[in-house]
Parts: sequence; C-alpha cells; structure tokens
Amino acid sequence: MSTQILWFATRGAGIVSLLLFSAVACLGLLAVARTQATWWPRFLTVELHRNLALVSVVFLGIHIVTAVLDPFTSLGIAAAIVPLASSYRPVAVALGVISVDLVVAVIVTSLLRERIGHRIWRFVHWAAYAAWPLGVAHSITAGSDAFALWMLGMTGVSVVAVGGALLYRLTAGGTNRSRLAAVANGTADPVAVDPAWTNR
Amino acid sequence: MSELRVLAGPPAAAGPERLHDHIARLGRAPSGTTTARGLIPVIEASGLLGRGGAGFPVGRKWRTLAERGHGPATLLVNAAEGEPLSAKDRTLLRLRPHLVLDGAFLAADAIDAARIVLYVGAGHRDAATSLDRAVRERGSLPRSVDLVLAPDTYVAGEESAAVHFVDEADARPTTTPPRVYERGIGGAPTLVQNVESLAHAALIGRYGDGWYREVGRGETLGTAMVTVSGSGRDGIREIAIGTTIAELAAETGAGVDPSARQAVLLGGYFGGWVSAERGWDLPLEPIALRDGGSAFGCGVVAFLGQDRCGVRATSRIVDWMAGQSAAQCGPCVFGLRAIADATARVANGTAEGDELERLRRWSAQIAGRGACRHPDGAVGQLLSSLRVFEGEWELHQRRRTCSRERAAWMPDRRVDVA
Amino acid sequence: MLTRAPRPTGAPLRTELVVDRIACDGYGMCAELLPELIELDDWGYPIVAAGGVPDALLEHARRAVAVCPVLALRLARVSTAPVPRGQAGWHGPASGSVRR
Repeated sequence: MSTQILWFATRGAGIVSLLLFSAVACLGLLAVARTQATWWPRFLTVELHRNLALVSVVFLGIHIVTAVLDPFTSLGIAAAIVPLASSYRPVAVALGVISVDLVVAVIVTSLLRERIGHRIWRFVHWAAYAAWPLGVAHSITAGSDAFALWMLGMTGVSVVAVGGALLYRLTAGGTNRSRLAAVANGTADPVAVDPAWTNR
Repeated sequence: MSELRVLAGPPAAAGPERLHDHIARLGRAPSGTTTARGLIPVIEASGLLGRGGAGFPVGRKWRTLAERGHGPATLLVNAAEGEPLSAKDRTLLRLRPHLVLDGAFLAADAIDAARIVLYVGAGHRDAATSLDRAVRERGSLPRSVDLVLAPDTYVAGEESAAVHFVDEADARPTTTPPRVYERGIGGAPTLVQNVESLAHAALIGRYGDGWYREVGRGETLGTAMVTVSGSGRDGIREIAIGTTIAELAAETGAGVDPSARQAVLLGGYFGGWVSAERGWDLPLEPIALRDGGSAFGCGVVAFLGQDRCGVRATSRIVDWMAGQSAAQCGPCVFGLRAIADATARVANGTAEGDELERLRRWSAQIAGRGACRHPDGAVGQLLSSLRVFEGEWELHQRRRTCSRERAAWMPDRRVDVA
Repeated sequence: MLTRAPRPTGAPLRTELVVDRIACDGYGMCAELLPELIELDDWGYPIVAAGGVPDALLEHARRAVAVCPVLALRLARVSTAPVPRGQAGWHGPASGSVRR
C-alpha cells in the first residue's frame, strides 16, 4: 500500500512540476518581452515567475525524493544525481537528472543574484532554455502515463504555451539595449513609449 | 589680454621646443617625492583649476590621491581633446611637450605613481609625435611611461572612458562609483589631469603660488589657454584670467563693440551661449562665469556673426552631440536624439506643434540621468541657446522663417597659435 | 561591491536609491512598485526623486530593488553633507557604502 502512495506521489508531483515549470518558462519569456496590460502590471510577471519557480522546485523535490524512496523503481540516490546511473529506463531518467542539475544551477544563482552580479547570473540562466525541453523529454520517456490521453493533453498544452511565449518573445522586439546604437546615430527612431507604460 | 606663461618661449613657427632649450630657458624642474609632496600646498594655494573642462581644483585632486591608502597610483595625462572647437591641448603638446612632461613627472612624484599614461587623441598626429620625441629625449625614466592613442570620439576624454580604454580598449564611460581616483587603470587609484593643468603646475612648482597669482582678475587668477573662432584672427591664445570678452574680441578682431557679433559660445559644445549685448563685458574667469550661468569649460570662445543663425548652429551641435553618445544609457540616447530631431525640425521651418515646449521638457528630463555628463553638456548648451536666441527660435517655430542670411555655421577645425 | 566610507564630517546619513544608468534597460517595474519616488520619462527610463528614501517606504524600495531584472537599482547610504562649491560630483552622492 505504501509503495503505491510513493508511486502516485512521484507521478503526481512530476506532472505538477511539468505544468508549473512550463508556466514559469512562459512568464520568464513574457517578462523579457515586457508584456503588460491594464489589469496585469509588469512587475507581476517577474515576481510571479520567481515565486512560481520556487513552488515548482518544491514539487520537483517531492518527485525526486519519492522516486528515490520507492522500492519499485530501485533508484538509488546516485541515480538521481548521476545521469545514466539508474537501472530503470536509464536514458529517460538521465534526461530528468540533467534537467534538474540545470534547474538547481539556475535557482541557486538566482537566489544569490545580488552577490554574484548580473552578468554571471544571466550566463547561467541561459541553461533554462535547455532545462525545460529536457524536462518535457524526460516526462514523455520516463513517465508511465505519457501516452494516456489526459497526459498527452497536458503535455501538449504546456508545449504550445511555452512555444507560443517563445514566438512572442522573439517577435516582440526585445530590449531597448539592442536599439541604442541605432538610435544614437540616427538610423532608428527614438519613439516615445506608450503613455500607459509610464503610468501617466 | 595676452599673457604668455605656458606658451612663453620660442614662437609657434619654431615648432616643438627641444629638451636642452627647455632647460636653458626654465632650468630643471623640481622632482622627487618629498619635494613634490611639499609642493601640493603650493598648488592648492595658487588656486589652479583644472583646464580639461570640469574646473576642479588641481591641488585638491593631487592631495586626495597622495593621501589615499596603499599601493601605487597611476597618472593619466589627458590630451584626448575631443571637443571640436578646442585645439589648445594639441597645440600645447606640439610646442611645449617638455613643460607638460615636467608637470606630469611632478604630479607622478607627488601621488607616488608607478605608471604614467600619455593619452593623446589619435587625430592629433603632430602632438603625439612631439610628445613621443620629448619622452625619448628624457632618456631613462624611473617609472613606465606609455603613449596611448585615444579614439577621436567626444566621450573618449571623459575620465572613466579614458581608463576603460587603457584597460579594455573600450572608450566608453563606466558606471561610478567607484570613481577613477579610487579604482582606475588596472584597479589602481588614477589621477586624470589635463595637459594644460600640468603645464601650469610645472611652472607653479618652479616659481610658486605668489608668482602664479600675480596675473589675472577675479576669484581665480593666473592665465589660461583659449581657442578663439569666429573672430578676425582665429587661433589659440593664452590670456590672463579675467580678461573680458570685449578685450579678447578687440584683440582678435571680432569687433570693438557688441554689435559686431551676435553671440558667443563659451566652453565648447558642452558649454553655453551668451548674447553679445549682455555678455560683452563678462570676464573669462571660471567662477564668475559659473555664477553667471555659463562656464569657462575648456577655454573655447566661439563668436557667432550677425549674419549667422543661432538656431541652426545649435541644431547642428545638438545633432552631433546626439551622434557622439556612447549609446549606453537610455535617457542620453533617446533623449538627445529626440531633442536633435526636434531642433532640426525647428531649424528647417518644419516644426510640428510646440517643439520648444517639448525641448524644454526633454531637457529637464534627461539632465543628470546618464552615466557621464554628456547629456548634461548638450542640454546645457541647448537651454542657453533657447534663452539667448529666444526671438529667433520663436520665429523659426511660428513663422517658419529665418532672419539671418547665411544658414550654416561651420566651426573652424584647423586653428593655429595666433 | 563596497566603496569607500562616507567622509567623516558628522553629517547625517540617509538612504538613497541609485540607478546604474548603463545597466538600466527601461523595464520600468521599479516605478510600478515605488510610484512615490520613481517615475518614468518619455522613453520608460526611471527618474528618481531627490531627497532619499523615507523609512516608511524602505520596504517598498527594497522590493523595487529586487524586482529589477538587470540589477540596475540599489540602495546606498550616503552623507547629506553639502558639497563645496565647484566640487559637485567629486565627493557627491556617488561615494558611500552599499547597503543591501
């Protein structure tokens, strides 16, 4: 009976992690693209992105701990840390392990942002672009429900959401910094921003 | 009135003064750490202000660096001279390189500098050659002396940009704090000093503060080099501080009464305009000019003829300044470009609505909000122009016409010692 | 990133918001979280009100500092001693120790 609980917990926490991290990824992309609406201030995107990431880590932690403790999967702690050390679907688990390693790096550097400075933080944060797809790949290959209809639906929604956010981020124009040199020498217009931006 | 001190000696046509002539004329300069340190109070007592544009007291700067904690310092001799209307620094280097070196060695001794960087604008070929030759004439030196050619941009002469270029070949200002006197070249405390300031210091070191203060009128005394343009006899001069614009105008053929000229741009592109009518008797003295709302800057005195248009002149300057932004800070980049476009519209008679109100609002918005003082300088010059040429600005905006005949104002690039 | 201690003039210290103008990219979230002290110019870049951060707004100021995605905003303790004429910017608000 108790092994069933661990098994359900692993699968449940894993699925929730996937959904939460997908939301985190969407919010991160929207933050850089400077999305806002009258009912959604810009700071909300960033703060929600950070807070939701911490919540996701909790569920990720539950997923890993219950998976390691579950006697059915016979995963030792080593398997949770070292890629390909697992005897149960080694490649699939390895994808998850690598994804978690990257997530840990991102989370730790983010918590220490003010100490390590922006440039190092940003450099590590790029790893997030690899962590999320690896997580999705892990869920499809390692998950026992991967091809159940409801699970396919959730995976599909997550992928579409993040893909859509990525597309938006790429087309929305990005940072001011990229325009600075062009505006300075007159090849781009110094268009003033929408007054709604400046809250006037 | 002309008063030759740093420019005393052989005439300009004679070219760079060689070492043995320099020593024959002035004797050997004081040297050694103890002597140099002992001269810091003398420099302070003289009231010598920096000649690079900011006008900060030179002695105070040396004292701050001499009294810092531990470790060797670095001296950066600033001859970038990116201001298009100024040619005094390159002229001084070309004609009196050894006087500048005397000042540099004195400063280096005073602040215990292990290294001197001679930072000369790449376009000032003659100056660089002259300085290079002068250093070689000195033979072996107790510290490393490097000649670095600065990019020909406006901001390359800003102190943090200079340090940034020496360290990383990137002549853009950096965020302060820390200021360069705390952490500069290679992390060492760095004194950035203009070449003319060093030349004056070299003479004060020999003759004392009393001698320096014998000449001049006003709160600060002594002499200063100025670059005059728009007169009958443009060029570089050394004047007694406190000389009025009227006196300088008479001497340079710009005219004996205010009606001869429309206005004067003082200080440089980052300086300010004064109308000829109101400003003719203004003394060219840093404190008096600052209290009066303009600035001595780097000694630029550019006369604007009655037949020229101040609006167009201002528009060209602001447009150039916008292009010279280091393109690092939003307010400077976007603000100056928007201001430049607006002044261009007004100058060309294609104003869209109340451009003047827009110019004032943007000027108030961007001042003080860059990493360096570049936007402040551009905006200061613009605001003084709006004041001095008020009628002309209104005419351009409202009636879309110009009351002056000649459209463009072409500042002289090649000027020699007059 | 500690800088030199303030000059020992005995003048009181106050907390100020300092913007790293080069790092700032005009996200403008600081202005959303601290509208009492920060407003945005025509291009979305922050204009910080002079006079320092009053104690009542300190928590909001810390939140604004934390939200900046490029770490361009920080709080600093600076001396309120007047700067001698002609020496503004030399020992001005820029020198002071950083407080997190």
